[in-house]
Amino acid sequence: MAQLTLKNIGKSFDGTDVIRDTSLDVKDGELVCLLGPSGSGKSTILRMVGGFETPDRGSILIDGQDVTRIPPEKRPTGMVFQSHALWSHMSVAENIAFGLKLRRMPRRDIQAKVAEALELVGLADYGKRRVWQLSGGQQQRVAIARALVLEPKILLLDEPFASLDQHLREHLREELRDIQRRLGITTLFVTHGQDEALALADRIVVLQGGEIEQVASPDHMYRAPETRFVAGFIGSMNFLACDMRGGRSDHPLFQISAPVNDGPVELAIRPEAITVAPDANASSRVHRTTDYGTHILVDIELEDGTRLKAMCPPSTRLATGEPVGLKASHVAVFRGTEKLADVTPSDTREIEHV
Amino acid sequence: MTAIDHATTSHAPHVPVHKTKQTDWLGLGITGVLGLVVVVPLIVVAIWAFAEVWRYPSLLPQKFGLRFWNDTLSRPDVWGAMFLSIRLSLTVTMLSALICLPAAYAFARLDFPGRNVLFLSFLASHAFPKFGLLVAIAGIFLNLGLISTFWGVVLIQLVGTLMMMIWIPVAAFQNVDRAMEDAARDAGAGPLRVFWSVSLPQAAPTIFAAVLLSFVGTFYETEGAWLIGAPEIRTMPVLMITFINNQIVVQYGAVLSVLLWVPSFFALMFTRRLVGSASFAKGFGV
Repeated sequence: MAQLTLKNIGKSFDGTDVIRDTSLDVKDGELVCLLGPSGSGKSTILRMVGGFETPDRGSILIDGQDVTRIPPEKRPTGMVFQSHALWSHMSVAENIAFGLKLRRMPRRDIQAKVAEALELVGLADYGKRRVWQLSGGQQQRVAIARALVLEPKILLLDEPFASLDQHLREHLREELRDIQRRLGITTLFVTHGQDEALALADRIVVLQGGEIEQVASPDHMYRAPETRFVAGFIGSMNFLACDMRGGRSDHPLFQISAPVNDGPVELAIRPEAITVAPDANASSRVHRTTDYGTHILVDIELEDGTRLKAMCPPSTRLATGEPVGLKASHVAVFRGTEKLADVTPSDTREIEHV
Repeated sequence: MTAIDHATTSHAPHVPVHKTKQTDWLGLGITGVLGLVVVVPLIVVAIWAFAEVWRYPSLLPQKFGLRFWNDTLSRPDVWGAMFLSIRLSLTVTMLSALICLPAAYAFARLDFPGRNVLFLSFLASHAFPKFGLLVAIAGIFLNLGLISTFWGVVLIQLVGTLMMMIWIPVAAFQNVDRAMEDAARDAGAGPLRVFWSVSLPQAAPTIFAAVLLSFVGTFYETEGAWLIGAPEIRTMPVLMITFINNQIVVQYGAVLSVLLWVPSFFALMFTRRLVGSASFAKGFGV
């Protein structure tokens, strides 16, 4: 049960700012995902919270106590590494017991705690095995048990499932979510997988170039991105360049009304917000369809050569080259990186070829 | 479902099995040449050690026997030299490990001014003609009263082990996943405990290989031991040279060679079981 606060932290490596004036509050028992592309600074933030890097500016507080200069071995944090980082010269139980031994805990208590931790991650009978005898998923569970057995105030996870195959990754992240909820442990999770962040997090922090782009719940992050970067980074998004004139967009297909000053803009439309219907008079044509089982992704070529993607129900039958009409149920308007307007279904009109 | 499976299986046409593994003639050839170059001389020496009469052009000795073994082993200076060589090699290897392992860890993990220059300087002792270097050192040792002393030989042989005991363990420590060390710190271990409980055990197989190579290298070292140690300190290789110089009887040299093999052979066999060849390769960055 703990709160984590980052206050205006900054970090440079060789004169290059990798984290710039970043502040964040993680509430008690909350699971926050740091999401961003490579080099966005998400792992650096995590390592600073763990004590493996020291911020050049700002401070890190855990439950109000400044831990900025405290070395990792004295911090109330537990970290799970991407590479599992299990000690291959020790057994599974020895890996988990290592930190407890350092705390000079009685042997019986250590054994009980190790058994409890192994039970928690579903590896009750694996204590005596060598770590190299375990599968990748089992190794990561041991790493989670090793971090949790020390009862840290803050659990830090650095892309823990990155090296696992997709099925295992999905399975393990559900298990992790269950464990985290059961223990109510405050958790900071680094990932570059948006699906992982959307599935796990109470809140997502999207980072780019060492700065926070947006902090929001997964639902809000997906449906109401505040910057062009977030709109493009989370999920799939169609961007269509056009101009606003007198509060209306001049795009030939998507003429929307929005209280936006005249000038160039980009219309951002999610593939699932586009409805596709055959229309013999339309100028847009189906370029390709891809059946994903749960939905069909239709690649459409507009008259000006622009491509956009639309997500259709699995029953959709469209032939390559077939002319189609398009409707959008939600459009966001961006100018540069800034979002100017969200246009709801009531604001849109049926879109037909012009 | 089972019935269908069964039917499918029973009616499946015979699938010819092709032998995919082909004989690696090049590999066999290289092995043969290496065997010829490495093993044959060893066998010849071993036969000489047990030969009493062996005249050209006979492929095998005319008379086998243990006469030269009796002659050699009955000499107290042989046993003295053997124990001295073992004592010297152990002392040099232990001192070398004591000095070099922390230094190797520092080279692998710490960033300090002049690190690269200092690291390369360990090559220096091997970059110049060894005998010239030994003569120069002998001049200094003469002034320090270290000539013909045990510790004089220890020091000179220590110089010879430095490169191996620095370069191989540096590679070993660099191969230790940093995340493992971070994980140990995260669990509450201080830097020293991390070194002792994680870095050292992880690098141990490769370091053990370096220690063994140092031991064997020191055991066979001749020039330094002869130049600094003579006449009081006579190691096995020095004694062998004396034997051969005094009376050119091949069998004496062969018996001493076989005696010299024994400790290193057992050490190598032991290490081969314990470490495996991969660790040797890893130590050299292969």
